[in-house]
Amino acid sequence: MTDTTARTAPAGTPESEAGQPAERRGTQIRLSAVTKDFGLAAPAVDEVSLTIEPGEFMTLLGPSGSGKTTTLNLIAGFETLTSGTIEIDGHDIGRLPPHKRELGMLFQNYALFPHLTVAQNVAYPLRERRVPKAEIAARVAEVLELVQLTGRDHNHPTQLSGGQQQRVALARAIVFHPKALLLDEPLSALDRNLRGALQSEIRRIHREVGSTFVFVTHDQEEAMNLSDRIALFNQGRIEQLGSPEQLYDAPDTLFAARFLGDSNVFELEGGVTGDTTRWEDRAWRVDAATVSRRSGVAERAAVVVRPENLGLVADEKDVPSGANWVRARVRDQEFMGSYRTLQLALGGQERPGRARVSTSDASFAVGDPVVAWWRPERQRIVAA
Amino acid sequence: MTTDLLDLPRRSERRRPDANWLLVLPAIVLVTAVLLVPLGQSLVRSVDPPSWTLEHYLSLFTDGVTLKVLGRTAVTAAIVTVCAFLIGYPYAYLMTRVGPRARSLLLVVVLVPFWTSVMARNFAWIVILQRGGPVNSFFEFLGIPGVVPYGNVSGVTIAMTQVLLPFMILPLFSTLGSIDRRLLLAARGLGSSPLAAFWKVFWPLSRGGVVAGMMLVFTLSLGFYVTPALLGSPQESLIAQLLGQRTTQLLDFAGAGALGILVLVTTLLLVAWANRFGGTVSAIGVVATTGSKGRS
Repeated sequence: MTDTTARTAPAGTPESEAGQPAERRGTQIRLSAVTKDFGLAAPAVDEVSLTIEPGEFMTLLGPSGSGKTTTLNLIAGFETLTSGTIEIDGHDIGRLPPHKRELGMLFQNYALFPHLTVAQNVAYPLRERRVPKAEIAARVAEVLELVQLTGRDHNHPTQLSGGQQQRVALARAIVFHPKALLLDEPLSALDRNLRGALQSEIRRIHREVGSTFVFVTHDQEEAMNLSDRIALFNQGRIEQLGSPEQLYDAPDTLFAARFLGDSNVFELEGGVTGDTTRWEDRAWRVDAATVSRRSGVAERAAVVVRPENLGLVADEKDVPSGANWVRARVRDQEFMGSYRTLQLALGGQERPGRARVSTSDASFAVGDPVVAWWRPERQRIVAA
Repeated sequence: MTTDLLDLPRRSERRRPDANWLLVLPAIVLVTAVLLVPLGQSLVRSVDPPSWTLEHYLSLFTDGVTLKVLGRTAVTAAIVTVCAFLIGYPYAYLMTRVGPRARSLLLVVVLVPFWTSVMARNFAWIVILQRGGPVNSFFEFLGIPGVVPYGNVSGVTIAMTQVLLPFMILPLFSTLGSIDRRLLLAARGLGSSPLAAFWKVFWPLSRGGVVAGMMLVFTLSLGFYVTPALLGSPQESLIAQLLGQRTTQLLDFAGAGALGILVLVTTLLLVAWANRFGGTVSAIGVVATTGSKGRS
């Protein structure tokens, strides 16, 4: 009943199962029409269906209140389902209490037990499973080495820095070879540098342990850095599901385009059906490949262009043929280190937008009129 | 004059600590007058100057009464402490789990006896506990005659537990309320049943409050006078009654002084012991609530 998730479980572990193919590690988590209604205006999680593949790093991304954390708590068993099913490797776990689900969990506040030492904290899940003492010691040492915290065994959690505390929590969450690891914004309490370091740490451990990771965050950069796939949550539903590249390059909705990365957004009067569209007085070409297949696009659409795909010229005569363009004004500029961002006022409506130029490019100053252009195949037409 | 003016800022700066110290002077005078002086007098009288003898202390151990009463008092105090803990812990836990209005209500219920006059409260207990009272009648109705927790130690225990409950509940409430409940979720996620999560995580973190509450209730129990006098019996008197008897009836101030000092020293030793044990535990409790946020 308990498939092993993690790498080679030591012999004699209750979870270990002989004859497991080495490459198939991690477990599949399947959510079907999962709903959680707290009795508020709208359900916190609204008929979410999602299959997380074995060994996959899946990120649930979204703004606060979008249902991502509730979804994670439903998987962990900290919340009860209103309706729908959750299966792990085909077994329905929707009614199992959390301590029988065999899932590791990492919390934002680390949730280390303050009355126990580092080693005792890490040993906790093993002692709950009545693993023999000698084996506990060996596995604790092994996993502390994996998170690079050897030698701090007898410290209490409060004697460690935030980053070290989260490493201990990570060690504690994986030491019992859980079927999957659930991570609830584990890095958001850390400062920027530490966050970067722990991101690569988590990526490395995911690679080495190879089990299924479900990661919740509101930080789109973090999501794009870490994930195999991202499920973008909005108002209790999955807005879009795909790889980081798919979500960034081919958002389906305005929400997805705005949530991941910067965008220049041109909201249209209506939908897009033909091979041209209009925004203010401009007629633009539409590349069929850039149109989202969402049904909403035909009713109401927006043209989205990433700042790095926007070119700037002084005069419309300089716009390459076949490109779409719009008049703009430079409103402000930001020095970003390796590049500069020009903040633009686009078109007659002066819509806020941004373009990326090299630091050496001094062609445009604040207040200058410019023409912003892009290739039709570089734009994205999304449902608004 | 002029030098004085020039010196003024520096001088006032230098004087400031002295002036601050003066602010606590009234308190020091009060403590000295009403606590230290009488205590010193008791101490001096206990060795009965000018003969300077320790016989009053020795007789405490040899008179056959004092040790017995002291033991009975300690046992009663221990029973009261355990009862207060058994009622107080779940009560305090409930207070941390309900909404603010229900919490205020629970708090008032536990504090009302504390605010009531000692005499009114004890006479009310007499009415309830005496032969023919509601408690007696209730047990007779159940077919268990002869339950009269009045005129003996059990009635005293009941009344003392009631009035000392706030001293158990308030420190417990503060400790239990400060425990991060996500630790319980973490324990559940790591494989603990709800009961195991409580025993291995919540209970160790609440021990500081338990020690504090128990020490308060136990030490206060040792000094109860009116309640055992009214609800107990002279045959089962407690240490405070013995003290009262020595001072007001026998006028044996030396013996009373020695007894008082013995009780004080016993209590202080107990507090010192519990403080060392409870101190580290409650320090962990504080760290549990603050440590998770700060530091990175």
